[in-house]
Amino acid sequence: MPSPPPSPQNRTPLLASGEPFVWLTGMGLVVGLAMVVVLLGLIVYKGLEAFWPHRVARIELTTSAQEREGAPFLVAMVIESRHKKAPGEGDREELYLQTGNKDFFGSGFRYLDADEVASISYPPDEVVIEQIEYLTIGTLVSLQRPGAAPIEAEAPGFLPALKETLAAARARSAEIEHLEKVRIGDNAARIQALRIERKRLERVAGDAPPDPAAIASIDEQTAELQSAFEGMAAEARALRAEQDASTLTYRIADGREKSIVAGQVVHVTWPNQMGFAGRLGQFFKNMWAFVSENPREANTAGGIFPALFGTFVMTVILSIAVTPFGVIAAIYLREYAKEGLVVRTVRIAINNLAGVPSIVFGVFGLGFFVYGLGGSIDRLFYPDSEGPVFGTGGILWASLTLALMTVPVVIVATEESLAAVSRGVREGSLACGASKWQTIQRVVLPAAGPGIITGMILAMARGAGEVAPLMIVGVVKWAETLPVDTTAPFLHLDRKFMHLGFHIFDLAFQSPDSEAARPMVFASTLLLITLVVTMNLGAIFIRERLRRKYATGAF
Amino acid sequence: MSPTETPRKAVLHASASSSAGDGNGPDTKPIARGSLLADRETPFVSTESGQGSVIDSIAEHRRFQAVVHPELAHDLPHVLRVEDFSLYYGAAQALHGVTMAVPQHKVVALIGPSGCGKSTLLRSVNRLNDLIDSVRTTGNMLLNDRPIFDTKTDVISLRKRIGMVFQKSNPFPKSIFENVVYGLRLMGEKRRGVLQEVCERSLRDAALWGEVKDRLHDSALALSGGQQQRLCIARAVATRPEILLMDEPCSALDPIATAKVEELIHSLRGSYTVLIVTHNMQQAARVSDHTAFMYLGRLVEYGPTEAIFRNPRCRDTQDYVTGRFG
Ligand SMILES: Nc1ncnc2c1ncn2[C@@H]1O[C@H](COP(=O)(O)OP(=O)(O)OP(=O)(O)O)[C@@H](O)[C@H]1O
Ligand SMILES: [Mg+2]
Repeated sequence: MPSPPPSPQNRTPLLASGEPFVWLTGMGLVVGLAMVVVLLGLIVYKGLEAFWPHRVARIELTTSAQEREGAPFLVAMVIESRHKKAPGEGDREELYLQTGNKDFFGSGFRYLDADEVASISYPPDEVVIEQIEYLTIGTLVSLQRPGAAPIEAEAPGFLPALKETLAAARARSAEIEHLEKVRIGDNAARIQALRIERKRLERVAGDAPPDPAAIASIDEQTAELQSAFEGMAAEARALRAEQDASTLTYRIADGREKSIVAGQVVHVTWPNQMGFAGRLGQFFKNMWAFVSENPREANTAGGIFPALFGTFVMTVILSIAVTPFGVIAAIYLREYAKEGLVVRTVRIAINNLAGVPSIVFGVFGLGFFVYGLGGSIDRLFYPDSEGPVFGTGGILWASLTLALMTVPVVIVATEESLAAVSRGVREGSLACGASKWQTIQRVVLPAAGPGIITGMILAMARGAGEVAPLMIVGVVKWAETLPVDTTAPFLHLDRKFMHLGFHIFDLAFQSPDSEAARPMVFASTLLLITLVVTMNLGAIFIRERLRRKYATGAF
Repeated sequence: MSPTETPRKAVLHASASSSAGDGNGPDTKPIARGSLLADRETPFVSTESGQGSVIDSIAEHRRFQAVVHPELAHDLPHVLRVEDFSLYYGAAQALHGVTMAVPQHKVVALIGPSGCGKSTLLRSVNRLNDLIDSVRTTGNMLLNDRPIFDTKTDVISLRKRIGMVFQKSNPFPKSIFENVVYGLRLMGEKRRGVLQEVCERSLRDAALWGEVKDRLHDSALALSGGQQQRLCIARAVATRPEILLMDEPCSALDPIATAKVEELIHSLRGSYTVLIVTHNMQQAARVSDHTAFMYLGRLVEYGPTEAIFRNPRCRDTQDYVTGRFG
């Protein structure tokens, strides 16, 4: 019998079927996803944990530890417990504690071996007092108010009195802030403007004496403003004195007592008396405080509102600057320039611009925008100003520097989307008697719109997360004013500003109290990511609406 | 395929002479299937004048002389005249001295095998070939006696006088309304009333009004393929062009959509001058008054559609229309 021909049912060789390559691509995806999930998971977990109110633990120590500590127990919040590998000792577990009371202990954090813990309890009357400068853990003793007898903590009227005092102090501090920032600030700005006007008059007059009537009017106005300022300053002093009038006394774990003025207290909480709902409420309160308040104590406490706002404004200016510029460049490159050596070189240069270290852009921005452009603007328009106006780092220059850095992204994305507009549509428009420019403007750009927005999204994401170049073109650790506010001209492009990315860097590496700053780092990172994602979602929403508007129907 | 088997479903018109110029094709009686060769009235030109096929003329380095039926040589009012027009893509010559005239308010079909230069000829009329750098031309074309290939001609205003419909429908990413009035807006028309009126008229002309009148401001890209193609026709007729060019307008459509578009083209005759390229000979027979057969960049034969299909004078034409080509 002749041997049968090779059976067609033979399995396809593994390599030919491509099975291994499918696995390979799957593995690539898994690795990428794992990295994203781990990184994001860590940031989200740690960032949210920063807002979660911990309970105050009374930790009874073992006898050996009691001797070393010189106290029978510790009172602290247990932040986490972790394994520590000490050489020769094997695995040890230790607790990371927030003891607060930096004024007494020199540091607000410490470690404790888990072996040295005899027992843990949560006494209900332990309070956490968040002060402007540091955090206190202890028990309340008494409240002294001016013109009233001190109230002991055990007395029935204590709690309402405390609440009332603290609320009054908070209201007063808001008043002080408004007085100092807005009213006194405006006043100072007006005095400054008068001084500049005076200088201008003197300069215009040259050698001749300036117009005496005008000078006199300026001097008179200045004097008026000056006396108004003194009135307001006195008002502020009075308010501040009132802030110091009431004092709160508390006792810490080892029995020492201390009094603080009510104006120092941010809030008082009883974490051990809170149920789950109460803690959840506190969690959201903390979160809101974080995004809406100003930072305190060298940025390690309080909120980050100015940084959040600064980042947002910078990203908006950046997108406004980068999109038209990138789109125009891409239109020229794709539609008008003759494909050839020059265009190819330009394209390679643009693509490689993305590989230039961002700090180089910062240096360029400093030289070109700040000193070059800003300096010229100052010479031309602000010759009498005392300090540089645009000739120093500011939000405009920072945004433009980042726009320059991200323009390749927009150019590449726009070019791709222009190239994707079919020849048929272009010819259709030309055949209707449109010029090339009309075709681009009326047919090609609308069709390429979603792709252009994609480029903008990428540029925004890249720009918002950038730190290095910003440090030298206008970002500061602490900015007194916001780039957008209620004083004319509302948008202050020359102002220095705070930025979340720089804030994170500052907290993590330049903070005087890195332990206290640690949760803030994660929380700020989470917020930055949330901001970028939100802005991107906004852009994606617009893009999808555009797409839907011109949805391609099925044939 | 032998001619007798050729499943020609086309409605071919009975007599070449009766309907050559009056364009009242639909009511002439159809001829029977497979009778193309049997009814020959005149012998091929080639046997008479000694002119062989296109291939022979190329082999003998002779200039090929197109056969233009006498019906078309009459002094009809011509909209488009092509005068000894040649076109080169770089060194390759795509059109060889084409001379033909398109009479007013008639539908003229261009047929011929793939690559014979039909699209090239069509796209030369509105100078879309200008977009290709390597293109050179000799000879000229005249649109209503105004030269097309002339340094003084403004291409953009020339194109405004010509409508074009492409093989693949190409609606713009705009609303249906904006698509139709696109040409008008380019001419600077801003009056809402005029735009609306023209939009309705054009959509009616393109037999699309009933289907879209309630959704004029929806995206044109949401229409079906056949509707999109009719929209493109509406866009092309909106400016009442002097000539309408169509390059295989039905080749991407299903039979029902094709039938609708064909009906539409048929209804355009009498009010529009149409030059249409088609691969489908039944279609050419159904929609056109006159047919030009091209081969290897040359115009071979040009005459009334009935004559071209029923009684061609050139053997090449005969071979092509009977499907014996190649
Ligand atoms: N852009 C171009 N560059 C170079 N040669 C071209 C170009 N376009 C067309 N040609 C050539 O010109 C000749 C005529 O092409 P054309 O597109 O006019 O043919 P056609 O008759 O429309 O064919 P089909 O029926 O397949 O559409 C072909 O040989 C083709 O290869
Ligand atoms: Mg073609």
